[in-house]
Amino acid sequence: MSKAPLLQIENLHVRFKSDRTVHAINGLNLHLQEGEMLALLGESGSGKSVTLKTLLRLLPPKRTEIDGTVQVNGTDIMTLSGTRLSAYRGGDVSMVFQEPALALDPVYTIGDQIAETVMRHKSVGRAEARQVALDMLTRVRIPSPERRLKNYPHEMSGGMRQRAMIALALASRPKLLLADEPTTALDATVQIQILLLLRELQREFGMSIIFVTHDIGVAVEISDRVAVMYAGNIVESGSTRDIIKDARHPYTRGLLAANLHGVDRGRRLDTIAGSPPSLETKPDACSFAPRCTEARPQCLRALPPFFAPSPGRQVACNLEEGYSPASHGLTAAPAIAC
Amino acid sequence: MSKTDALSHEADRGGPRQPLILARNLKKHFPVRSGLFNRQTATVHAVDDLSFEVRKGETLGIVGESGCGKSTTARLLIGLMELDDGSIIFDGDILGSDISLKDMRRSVQMVFQDSYASLNPRLTISDTIAFGPKVQGLSDPKDRARHLMARVGLDPNRFAHRYPHELSGGQRQRVNIARALAMSPRLVILDEAVSALDKSVEAQVLNLLTDLRVEFGLTYIFISHDLNVVRYISDRVLVMYLGEVVEIGPVDAIYAKQAHPYTASLFAAMPSMDPDNRTQEPPLAGDPPNPIDPPPGCRFHTRCRFAEHVCRDKRPALAAFGDDPDHLAACHLRDPSSGHSLAGKEIAA
Amino acid sequence: MASAISPLAASSPSGTTVTAPKTRSYWSNVLRRFLKDRIAVACAVILLLLILAAIFAPWLDLADPYRGSMIKRLRPIGTEGLPLGSDEQGRDMLARLIYGGRLTLLIGLLPVVFAFFIATVLGVAAGYAGGWVNTVIMRTVDVFFAFPSVLLAIAISGALGAGIVNSLVSLTIVFIPPITRVAESVTSSVRSLDYIDAARASGGNALTIVRVHVLGNVLGPIFVYATSLTSVCMILAAGLSFLGIGVKPPEPEWGLMLNTLRTAIYVNPIVAALPGVMIFITSLCLNLLSDGLRSAMNVKD
Repeated sequence: MSKAPLLQIENLHVRFKSDRTVHAINGLNLHLQEGEMLALLGESGSGKSVTLKTLLRLLPPKRTEIDGTVQVNGTDIMTLSGTRLSAYRGGDVSMVFQEPALALDPVYTIGDQIAETVMRHKSVGRAEARQVALDMLTRVRIPSPERRLKNYPHEMSGGMRQRAMIALALASRPKLLLADEPTTALDATVQIQILLLLRELQREFGMSIIFVTHDIGVAVEISDRVAVMYAGNIVESGSTRDIIKDARHPYTRGLLAANLHGVDRGRRLDTIAGSPPSLETKPDACSFAPRCTEARPQCLRALPPFFAPSPGRQVACNLEEGYSPASHGLTAAPAIAC
Repeated sequence: MSKTDALSHEADRGGPRQPLILARNLKKHFPVRSGLFNRQTATVHAVDDLSFEVRKGETLGIVGESGCGKSTTARLLIGLMELDDGSIIFDGDILGSDISLKDMRRSVQMVFQDSYASLNPRLTISDTIAFGPKVQGLSDPKDRARHLMARVGLDPNRFAHRYPHELSGGQRQRVNIARALAMSPRLVILDEAVSALDKSVEAQVLNLLTDLRVEFGLTYIFISHDLNVVRYISDRVLVMYLGEVVEIGPVDAIYAKQAHPYTASLFAAMPSMDPDNRTQEPPLAGDPPNPIDPPPGCRFHTRCRFAEHVCRDKRPALAAFGDDPDHLAACHLRDPSSGHSLAGKEIAA
Repeated sequence: MASAISPLAASSPSGTTVTAPKTRSYWSNVLRRFLKDRIAVACAVILLLLILAAIFAPWLDLADPYRGSMIKRLRPIGTEGLPLGSDEQGRDMLARLIYGGRLTLLIGLLPVVFAFFIATVLGVAAGYAGGWVNTVIMRTVDVFFAFPSVLLAIAISGALGAGIVNSLVSLTIVFIPPITRVAESVTSSVRSLDYIDAARASGGNALTIVRVHVLGNVLGPIFVYATSLTSVCMILAAGLSFLGIGVKPPEPEWGLMLNTLRTAIYVNPIVAALPGVMIFITSLCLNLLSDGLRSAMNVKD
């Protein structure tokens, strides 16, 4: 028997209402096993950050309409409120943001911030919490951690701040870590350090990670699996190796080509024409079809179903119609018979 | 599309072998003031003794991490900042004596990274593009703007009267490119011009830039942190570290073999794009140091795994690496007479 | 089949996101948002009525605001022929309140208008030029900032002597420093944006850049701030008159009326409070109007 997934998102819809409606997430299905590293890959406006914010219930309730179920560890998080919600946030699930300079509180020291989180979630005393904070800073490989405990965020460099942010997020030993483009604002030589650190910490702590990024190179470096998002839904998912070596969805292929890895100098680039849809109306056909060079008439008529060209793969594209349709949503692990 | 040879530009006076820009010993320091009496307590060495040339018709890529002085260099070249020391020679004319800043500005334009902040939110697209030609007294600024909008892929009938917030990031960057071209420049500095765009849009803009270079006979300085993009678009690459040139040379030579350990680290930090062969060890530890009061000698010695005493004591000069006289690096490892124990030996940096 | 669709996809490199039906200028957007704000619109209507009443007072068939009657002193509201009662000299309150609006609004609004123009020039110059120009202008402004505005107004008025013109001058001087400060800070933040650099790189001189690129982006915030000061100005102007260093009797002016009626507060409190009510309503409306303007102009997308 395979274990119940840690995270189970079924048919999630998120709409933002203001002057105009934006259909940010449109029928997203996602399963994540314990200890899995998933990269959520997509461009701006694809809904990847909205997915993360939904998972932490961070979206403003007045202007947001959410349908569908989101279960973490068997709990429907949409029903949480009050103390249970705050225990969930930062306890079971925590988040690392793109800009640690904005996410860390500038008036408290790093040590105080981590200790405070630990005290809130683990009901331990101050002295013990400080000990945990010191331990966490050591684990994220911050040099001279005793001294750094007393530092304020602005006294640290960008890379160090992001390490401190990770220490803060992991201090309560969450089962699921959400990382929202945590390396985008960093220099390349620092980015690779943080990616490798996250990989090591994942091995050490065994938590699952959803890593949101727009950079396919970063996704390859960190993840076991990749889910490619477009216009508020996942269009393709599979193991990182499969996605890189055998991308099926025309959008994924376009993204890979646009990465320019190993492209000959001066050769004309194959581009994806146009830009993503505005999502003011709910998509009722393949959202990518207007930009797709291989679009067929049926692509413009109805939403493409998910096909499973190989175990563990899901592709929402009519070009794959020779393959069996995927049973339900996106299973994170290949359906291994046991 | 008429192909204009970059070297037969109407304003070209020095001939093809005259560099379009010769930057000699550029220096820009910023004082850091603090304390009760606002005394200068430190100095940011944004650009220090920086020399390079930009050849006619080429694309020179400039790479480096934050704080290395890329953007300061761009702003010095376009005259948005004043030089503390050094000289800029534009096609044989020394800036400030042979050619005025005002005259040079017509020939040098810039495209900024932030497509939104670089457009006036209160002006329509065509007014924004026409502003430069208007103040320079060029004929028919509006017609020029419409023509250029069409050229960068924005239908003038649809977009001329729109405002920046009604455009997507890629469209806004096309407007920025059109605005730069409206001045009929010879050199366009692209300061992280495609970095903020989505990858699929970035490729469109790169294609556009490639076309425009041929059509308008342009020379580019392409500043970026993305080595893949730099490799694709550049002819030569300049690598900066803490305000200095550490390596410069033809793209293919540098991408094939890096002479400077810092350049090598930058390349090693690139994502591998191979799930079976992922990066195992970060090439450098820690963050790039602050350009405030940089270390003496070779500025990279604090992070370099080959660093020895000589690196702390003596500043390495740029010298040819290998048999390509165009490929220069500033590293004691590459200078047999430097006194470094590994100097001149065949080691991969 | 596929090829029948692909040219369509490839033909528009500039994208398909732009679905906005028609393009709206910034100011029409602001107007649209402002009209949606009911409170601000209501305040605007009330202010408009007050201003119109003040302007057209002579044609409104009102009693003479200067002619008193010793027998009809301090009549309550609703007395026949005196809809809002009468003051301590038996003058018709309705007429005096409406005529009083003329002076009150004039010395309440004009100083801010003058200060707006002067301070915008100073602030934009300081913010755009920076360096020693900034230092000279802003340090001078700081000197004025050292005094509380009420005290400053009283001091200048006291030095110049009572009278409408002197009140206008002193209030204008009082409001130049705060508006200059706002103008300077808005300008220097705009100054640091890339489009100013791009304009400089195009060779535009400072005046052209300020005219085309700076003013359009700073006037809005400065204007909103200035409108928020009008209510303060009204109250200060009324205060000066109340203290006897503003408008001189027998001119009808709300602040002055409040002062002269204060002795009647125990005899006929409601009538005595009427000028205060007018000041209160007007300054409240001005405040809410400026809030409405501020949020209407805060269009980000």
